[in-house]
Amino acid sequence: MSAADVRDATRASSAIASAAHEVARARRARGRRRRTVIGVLVAAVVVVFVVSLMVGRTFYGPAEVLGVLLGHDVPGAGFTVGRLRLPRAVLAVAAGLCFGLGGVTFQTMLRNPLASPDIIGISSGASAAAAFAIITLSLDDAQVSAFAIVAGLAVAVLVYLLSKKGGVAGTRLVLIGIGIAAMLDSLTAYVLSGAAQWDLQEATRWLTGSLNGTSWPQVVPVLIALAVLTPVLLSQSRDLSVTQLGDDTASALGVRVDRTRLIVIVAAVGLISFATAACGPIAFVAFLSGPIAARIVGPNGSLLVPSALVGALLVLVADVVGQYALGTRFPVGVVTGVLGAPYLIYLIVRTNRAGGSL
Amino acid sequence: MLTALPAENASGVAAVRRPRRSRALWLIALIGALAVVMTLSLVIGTRAVALDDVWAALGGATDGFDRASVAKRVPRTLLAAVAGAALAVSGAVMQGVTRNPLADPGILGINTGASLAVVAGLAFFGLSAATSIVWVAISGAAVTALFVYTIGSLGRGGATPLKLALAGAATSAALASFITAVALPRGDIAANIRSWQIGGVGGGTFSSLGQVMPFLVVGLVVCLLSAKALNSLALGDDLAAGLGERVAVARGAAALGAVVLCGAATAVTGPIGFVGLVVPHACRLLTGVDHRWLLPYSALGGAVLLTASDVVGRVVARPAEIDVGIVTALIGAPFFIWIVRRSKVRAL
Amino acid sequence: MTIDHTLEIEHLTLAYGDRVVVDDLDLVVPPGRMTAIVGANACGKSTLLRSMSRLLKPVSGRVVLDGSEVHRLPARQLARTLGLLPQSPVAPEGITVADLVGRGRHPHQGILSRWTTADDVAVAAALDATDTTVLADRAVDELSGGQRQRVWIAMALAQQTDLLLLDEPTTFLDVSHQIEVLDLLTDLNRSRGTTVVMVLHDLNLAARYADHLVAVAGGRVHAVGTPHEVLTEDCVRAVFGLDSRVITDPTTGSPMMLPLGRHHRAAAGA
Repeated sequence: MSAADVRDATRASSAIASAAHEVARARRARGRRRRTVIGVLVAAVVVVFVVSLMVGRTFYGPAEVLGVLLGHDVPGAGFTVGRLRLPRAVLAVAAGLCFGLGGVTFQTMLRNPLASPDIIGISSGASAAAAFAIITLSLDDAQVSAFAIVAGLAVAVLVYLLSKKGGVAGTRLVLIGIGIAAMLDSLTAYVLSGAAQWDLQEATRWLTGSLNGTSWPQVVPVLIALAVLTPVLLSQSRDLSVTQLGDDTASALGVRVDRTRLIVIVAAVGLISFATAACGPIAFVAFLSGPIAARIVGPNGSLLVPSALVGALLVLVADVVGQYALGTRFPVGVVTGVLGAPYLIYLIVRTNRAGGSL
Repeated sequence: MLTALPAENASGVAAVRRPRRSRALWLIALIGALAVVMTLSLVIGTRAVALDDVWAALGGATDGFDRASVAKRVPRTLLAAVAGAALAVSGAVMQGVTRNPLADPGILGINTGASLAVVAGLAFFGLSAATSIVWVAISGAAVTALFVYTIGSLGRGGATPLKLALAGAATSAALASFITAVALPRGDIAANIRSWQIGGVGGGTFSSLGQVMPFLVVGLVVCLLSAKALNSLALGDDLAAGLGERVAVARGAAALGAVVLCGAATAVTGPIGFVGLVVPHACRLLTGVDHRWLLPYSALGGAVLLTASDVVGRVVARPAEIDVGIVTALIGAPFFIWIVRRSKVRAL
Repeated sequence: MTIDHTLEIEHLTLAYGDRVVVDDLDLVVPPGRMTAIVGANACGKSTLLRSMSRLLKPVSGRVVLDGSEVHRLPARQLARTLGLLPQSPVAPEGITVADLVGRGRHPHQGILSRWTTADDVAVAAALDATDTTVLADRAVDELSGGQRQRVWIAMALAQQTDLLLLDEPTTFLDVSHQIEVLDLLTDLNRSRGTTVVMVLHDLNLAARYADHLVAVAGGRVHAVGTPHEVLTEDCVRAVFGLDSRVITDPTTGSPMMLPLGRHHRAAAGA
């Protein structure tokens, strides 16, 4: 090589080296943004959690609430905060985390924000099974959760099998899921009508989700599900991100697509089912968490953790609003339903306008 | 439009060429089926009633438990038949206007829109007159239809069947949340909230039937008159215009008829889905795609289906009753899934 | 520089359900060269490529890479040697070019590994090679067809594989972009010795750019060799069912196929 070639080569490689610095810098900046957003979300969840413990018919100050949380015997607050509000708030966070994780997992894996488990029937299945187990069979909480997860998995398998012909990621899958959800919602309504009389509270719980009357035994299975299944999901997080590029490309990049999909679906369905068994299918949380998280974190990088936190925040805020901010007490599912519905329509409008397909 | 029906559906193709005689025969068979189902509806219920008591009750005698039960069942049966006919024809016309095999007042969210309008009217404006309720329901249905169609036709390809169905499902879900939100705190109407979320014919009375009949008749007439136009529209707007059809007017009129039918029906029964989907598709197997036959068939088929569903709902869960909206969902949803599956990707 | 890898296909039969698409096919991919696979639609060429990169399991026969059967190799290890650009790759909404190209580093990163300088350098080098460095922060869905395809190639490059398979990389591009992409692939082949195997639908471009041409018909190899050996009038008739004249391209010296339809037969005097 001549001296000119060597100079060119050196210039080229130093150009690449400086480009590499740029790439690294951009990546670090994105990482910083992500960490900041996650930090803010965590702080927000904590704040709303504590606030939800403080407000109510009787207002308890932060000191009293803290006292109860630390296990001290605080007169008055001990029962209201410790027995009534605390399990409810904990379930709100736990269920929100479950729905957020489950929703974004499905949406990522199926490459379609509409393919969320509460839209394609998985929540409906879990909720129909849970309603059946509680109202008709009068089972206890652990058994109800078991029913729910079996039903959730069965629905997932059914939707998958039925839509396989059209390509798993297609709009066809979403429509088939909606059809199955309609059937399951009717089944739930049927089970509910079999109850002594049309009990509105029970109806809203199993049709749109409600945190009323939460007690500790209901919360425990959800916490266990979170503890066991979250690490499983997080371990697949990188592979899951890569599957967004299409099955072929993901395989070409060394991802075992079928295996990843299976693990991730089972984990997501598990989380959703356990949460649904405790509080019903809180409308739209699973659907909304992913897209909201994507908006605030940016399009690059894994959305699992931000989504979970957005879910928790959504449920907490909706529950507080539903209980105290409006004239009547609304169950959390009604609030999220009213919030989520316009967003659903907006999403369709935006996607249609952009010429994409859902 | 019906490219969604697979080419292997030979019976559908053959039906087009079937002579008029056999279509007339099937029509008679349907009328017979309707008579049978309506009789069953009068006989069956929490207490089964003997046939001569049914005759006597129809003749006006209401003495004795049995005859009184029948007297209550008469308006219910009539309502089921009439609402079923309305919903089926409405669905058939919607499928024709949008060239979408998945169109149905329930799927496109139009029923839910009508319900929401009524609930809002009851809750916020204190409406009580039956006629104004029907008007409100029809307006709700019309607004929702426009809304769903607009959203569904944004973007490339216009209102493809899949996009329209999705837009409808989303709108339906959205409006259903609003119904719950509006009705929940209102103790006075909350007792009836269930009937606004899932349709049922249990509340049928002669007076409510009487109030709604004029609207149904008008809607039906408009739809039947649009039958020929719908045949042309099936070929595509451009071809239809080339054949001399005034496309916009024809579509508008037909759509209006469909909206009136489904709004009026929903005003009395609440949202009942899938009748408008299942019945036209089933009837097409007998009549082919000629709307001049399809619409009357659909009317009869819808009446049969809904009355039968109501009977099933009363029998299966004795002594409780399952609302007819639940039964149609359980029958109709698998059918919906079946259609989605077998339609060619291109057509959708 | 790259190592020479041997990629061989032995008695390969591929089927979708009952439909046999590739029937008892044998092929040897010459290392360090550009190979183009051509044939009519649905002749099995895409299916062949997909089975080479392990996306499709053979009914019988095997695909052998460096002596080991491709389906027995661990996924990550294969992905470090063989890269595939499929026909319609999907980019998640809003993803930036730099991030997409970065996904190509996946086979080199385990569950817990963090980004290393080597990863950054690979990404930067890939961007540089495809001339997409200026696009690094743009969203992929905003780019033109040609730019997007270059970005996908950059992702495949970031994988740093010695073999690159491309399924119809030029099909939806207009002609200037097609040439852009093919020139880029030629650069890669010449400067790094990357073995390139691409399915092309344009016979003349294939003849111009490939060192080695494979004509597939009815799921079998009909002809294999240099463009001059493969692109003959008889071959075109057998593979595409088309009459033609084959002349020498005055600009490049490669063979060029002139199709003869019903209306131009008389003018050509054929």
